[in-house]
Amino acid sequence: MRQQMPKQDPEIRRRNFDEVAHGFTAEQALAEAKRCLNCKKPLCVQGCPVEIQIPQFITLLLEGKPDAALAKIKEKNSLPAICGRVCPQENQCEKQCILGRKGESVAIGALERYCADWGRANEAVEPTCAPSCAVKGKVAVVGSGPAGLTAAADLALMGYKVTLFESLHATGGVLRYGIPEFRLPKTIVDYEVGNLEKLGVEIQTNVLIGKTITIDELFATGYEAVFIGTGAGLPYFLQIPGENLNGVYSANEFLTRVNLMKAYLFPEHDTPIRIGKRVAVVGAGNVAMDSARTALRLGAETVSIVYRRSREEMPARLEEIENAEEEGVEFRLLTNPVRLEGDENGNLTTMICQKMSLGEPDASGRRRPVPIPGSEEALPVDTVIVAVGQGPNPILLQGTAGLNLNKRGYIEVDPETMMTSIPGVFAGGDIVTGAATVIAAMGAGKKAARAVDQYLTAKNNPAKE
Amino acid sequence: MKIIDKKQLAPEIMQFLVEAPLIAKKAQPGHFIILRHRENGERIPLTIADFDREKGTITLVCQGIGKSTREINQMQVGDSFIDLLGPLGKAYPIKKLGTVVCVAGGLGVAPLYPKAKALYEAGNKVISLIGAQRKEMLIMTEEMAAISAEMHFSTDDGSFGHHGFITEPLRAVLAREKVDEVVAVGPVPMMASAVKVAQEFNVPVVVSLNALMIDGTGMCGGCRVTVGGETKFCCVDGPTFDGATVDFQEILMRQRYYRDQEEEAIHRCKLEEAEQQ
Repeated sequence: MRQQMPKQDPEIRRRNFDEVAHGFTAEQALAEAKRCLNCKKPLCVQGCPVEIQIPQFITLLLEGKPDAALAKIKEKNSLPAICGRVCPQENQCEKQCILGRKGESVAIGALERYCADWGRANEAVEPTCAPSCAVKGKVAVVGSGPAGLTAAADLALMGYKVTLFESLHATGGVLRYGIPEFRLPKTIVDYEVGNLEKLGVEIQTNVLIGKTITIDELFATGYEAVFIGTGAGLPYFLQIPGENLNGVYSANEFLTRVNLMKAYLFPEHDTPIRIGKRVAVVGAGNVAMDSARTALRLGAETVSIVYRRSREEMPARLEEIENAEEEGVEFRLLTNPVRLEGDENGNLTTMICQKMSLGEPDASGRRRPVPIPGSEEALPVDTVIVAVGQGPNPILLQGTAGLNLNKRGYIEVDPETMMTSIPGVFAGGDIVTGAATVIAAMGAGKKAARAVDQYLTAKNNPAKE
Repeated sequence: MKIIDKKQLAPEIMQFLVEAPLIAKKAQPGHFIILRHRENGERIPLTIADFDREKGTITLVCQGIGKSTREINQMQVGDSFIDLLGPLGKAYPIKKLGTVVCVAGGLGVAPLYPKAKALYEAGNKVISLIGAQRKEMLIMTEEMAAISAEMHFSTDDGSFGHHGFITEPLRAVLAREKVDEVVAVGPVPMMASAVKVAQEFNVPVVVSLNALMIDGTGMCGGCRVTVGGETKFCCVDGPTFDGATVDFQEILMRQRYYRDQEEEAIHRCKLEEAEQQ
């Protein structure tokens, strides 16, 4: 039987910011590892965006070599403690697992997490750049989220001198400001960034590329290639009346105040957050679940997810939906906010919602929500958190002449080489694809690192062709 | 990020000269920075009140209103801000327009000065109108005088210049001569009235908004303002906007949202100060 990670009791965890899932014990990890069939043609590997050799690491774990298992994972994935926690394994490796077809797939994510946590606890030897690998050249990585961290680590391991630029005062991108402490403790992000520094990556926070330093200036100061991994950080709003009332947050602002600025520790940390008694979160993706569960932990009495489609269409991971439900988040499905109303001081009081029904499939393949006439209802609220997606942040894009964008405003790259319209400038992650997953961004960072290496190798050794 | 000079401009208003070569190199009128003065500190946006590209310095002016700004004003020459990000925001486009009236209220002189200076250097006639609560709260008057063809003052208590609001001298100037643009920076009610007066005379008016913000890079949307019926982000679309299209009432309401927490923080801050004494 598939092992289950022990979790904090919902009644207790809904009021604290400690990590919800505790991870496997050593016994559980062994029991789970035993379930792996060690397939000759492992489909799980095909399901992994970074192609971790899953049966091999599980075999090593089974042989009592968690250090070797971790090293095996790290061949492909520099951030296993993070991926083991936030990857949607059920749509990736575990979806492909043969055991899953007959019952329950191997808990690959939990095993990955176990190996990474074992390594952190036991000070496992981290991959290093061999002394023989001479400095191949200088590369700038812009943005320290999953794509940038991965590209920086891989490039450093290949022997490049990497500088990682971050506009905020702390590294990690969405891992820092977006994903809450109870799902991804920030000590893990600190640890992974620390490993990057040990690899010789220079980290410069408080630098907004495009404003503080331009891409042209990076090349002028000796960088030979640039990787842009700036993510999709521009919050979308609903574009309905009343959205600028006090008490309406973008999920980005709400989560940034809490996660990056640690407003849940106000007044020990200076940045405040105001949370109402009745909170509604609009949207049903992972960011919406994170926001709803954070609102509960800040002391909200009731928290509802308001979503215009049905349960089936909710984009969040099943695990996160279940966690939210267990903690007491209510789900108002087939419900679409049409207007927000406030009092004479501009403070939010009411969300006017319309009931929806599902019609024919739309462009996304999901059934289109259609308003039911005359079904408006008033939901009393003091806080609304809008979690309906993010777009590309325009600062770097506007400040960089010659950088081609697609119709949606994301950077256009050659799908093979990840190179943008500017020679030597590569891009990957959400800034190319639009908002996606941590692992997809890491996959892009990895691919881009290889492409940068090929580009610079060819450029610096023209005679060998 | 090191403070290399500090000067008191008025009670609770400090001017800092800060080492920031990368920011100084790119700074233009209208830009701002975001700083954190210590660990666990807030991200505080402050206008770049002046810059020296050669020396690699920027000038910041800070009024001790909340807990963080009070603590910043306690910092000394030689201290460093732990984080300093910039330049942020859209630059205010400097053109030769003819005659420009620059109106400032209180701390608004700090954001106004780089714009006024650039307008002067571009060959405009600058008429400056500076208002404050009382005489000792008037700041940067010498700097403004050096670039202004004419200066007028007002104080709420009549201790210096016109007794009353700065919009009254503004009306007098606009009634008297042809003005091509009004630039108004200061408290929201002052900017709202300056816009009204300028509109009476059909003179274009720009304002510089000071919304609450976190990242300052377009990521959080906390600084959103309604301009021309559309939602704009103060940090990336501004902070300078066409005053005629700004919804000032909404800004006033949004600024009040965190008042209780701010009061709690100040209260604790005062308690700590008292304990130390």
